[in-house]
Amino acid sequence: MDSAIATTHVDSPGPGAVEQQHEHVVLPQHRHHFATEEQQRESGSFGMWLFLLTEIMFFGGLFFAYLLFRNWYYDAFVAASNTLNIGMGAANTAILITSGFFMALGVWAAEVRKKNLLVLFLVLTTVFGCAFLGVKYFEYKEKFELHHVPGASFDVSQFIHPPVDANTGKPVGNPLPPDAAQKTQMFFFLYFAMTGMHALHMIIGIGLLFWLLARAQRGDFTAGYVAPIENFGLYWHFVDIVWIFLFPLLYLINRHPLAH
Amino acid sequence: MAHEPQHVEQHFHDAANVTNPEHAEHHVVSPAQYALVFATLLACTALTVFAADINLGVFNPIIALAIASFKGVIVILFFMHVKYQSHLIKTTVAVGFFMFLVLVTMTLSDYISRAWGLW
Repeated sequence: MDSAIATTHVDSPGPGAVEQQHEHVVLPQHRHHFATEEQQRESGSFGMWLFLLTEIMFFGGLFFAYLLFRNWYYDAFVAASNTLNIGMGAANTAILITSGFFMALGVWAAEVRKKNLLVLFLVLTTVFGCAFLGVKYFEYKEKFELHHVPGASFDVSQFIHPPVDANTGKPVGNPLPPDAAQKTQMFFFLYFAMTGMHALHMIIGIGLLFWLLARAQRGDFTAGYVAPIENFGLYWHFVDIVWIFLFPLLYLINRHPLAH
Repeated sequence: MAHEPQHVEQHFHDAANVTNPEHAEHHVVSPAQYALVFATLLACTALTVFAADINLGVFNPIIALAIASFKGVIVILFFMHVKYQSHLIKTTVAVGFFMFLVLVTMTLSDYISRAWGLW
């Protein structure tokens, strides 16, 4: 960063009218190819949003695949979806929202130039992000133990002969014919593809958080230059939004299947 | 965005859109407002779990997606500051989601018309 030289920097005369219209304070983060710091800031946000739009398209393809396959293999999707643990999914939603809340507070702390608060909020963002991945680990582990991972070792028996619930004495779901039961693999394939791709985004995000933490500790973002914190916040909140849609689609909407 | 802003006297060409008054505004969202959004998001999460337990037939997925969309919108508006951004950013975000809906609609139209009358 070239913040050391900035105090002696004198703004070069541009189009005269522009200079007169604005109180033109030269900030250290202001790069010379931007007319004003505000323009630089907006360009950064604009670029970040363009990246996030490509992410919408990327996850959108997966969401669309889920929509279509759920339509094709409705009974299999209902049976497979109802093996997921709503409690864990809901807890993870709350954990991720909390992580996002601390990220938002981190942006505020950077804006008002409170270095220690910024570091604290970034640490909390990271901790809750890791907690999310921890819960996800236990969910994935259960899938491996039940042989609910699509592939050669996939076990359809639970869907052909649903186990009897100890409390009610009734089977936990409607038995599926063997060919339909095989289609539960499609649900689990999409489950792992969507939650896995989401988790990968979180792992990348946590890596970036460690980098931001080191720089925040150095005081890089609490002297007026908040763009990296703000743009990372956009990324982190986007990952939140993906999960906000994954949770109801994968865990919730198949609890009361339509008769047909 | 090389247009002439209407509000500026036209004696110079503002190709870089520097005099756009939206640039000068920089809004910092307060922690209290973040806390309110956070509480709303948690309440909506509880609500969607609760709603999933009630048999509402065809409306179960609709309600779940409506709640998820509401949560997504308040995250975008407040956590992601889009409410306080310029028209350029607002339009960019809206275009992204609209484009996704266009793609979904067109693909579904193709899907539904492949075996027209046979379903």
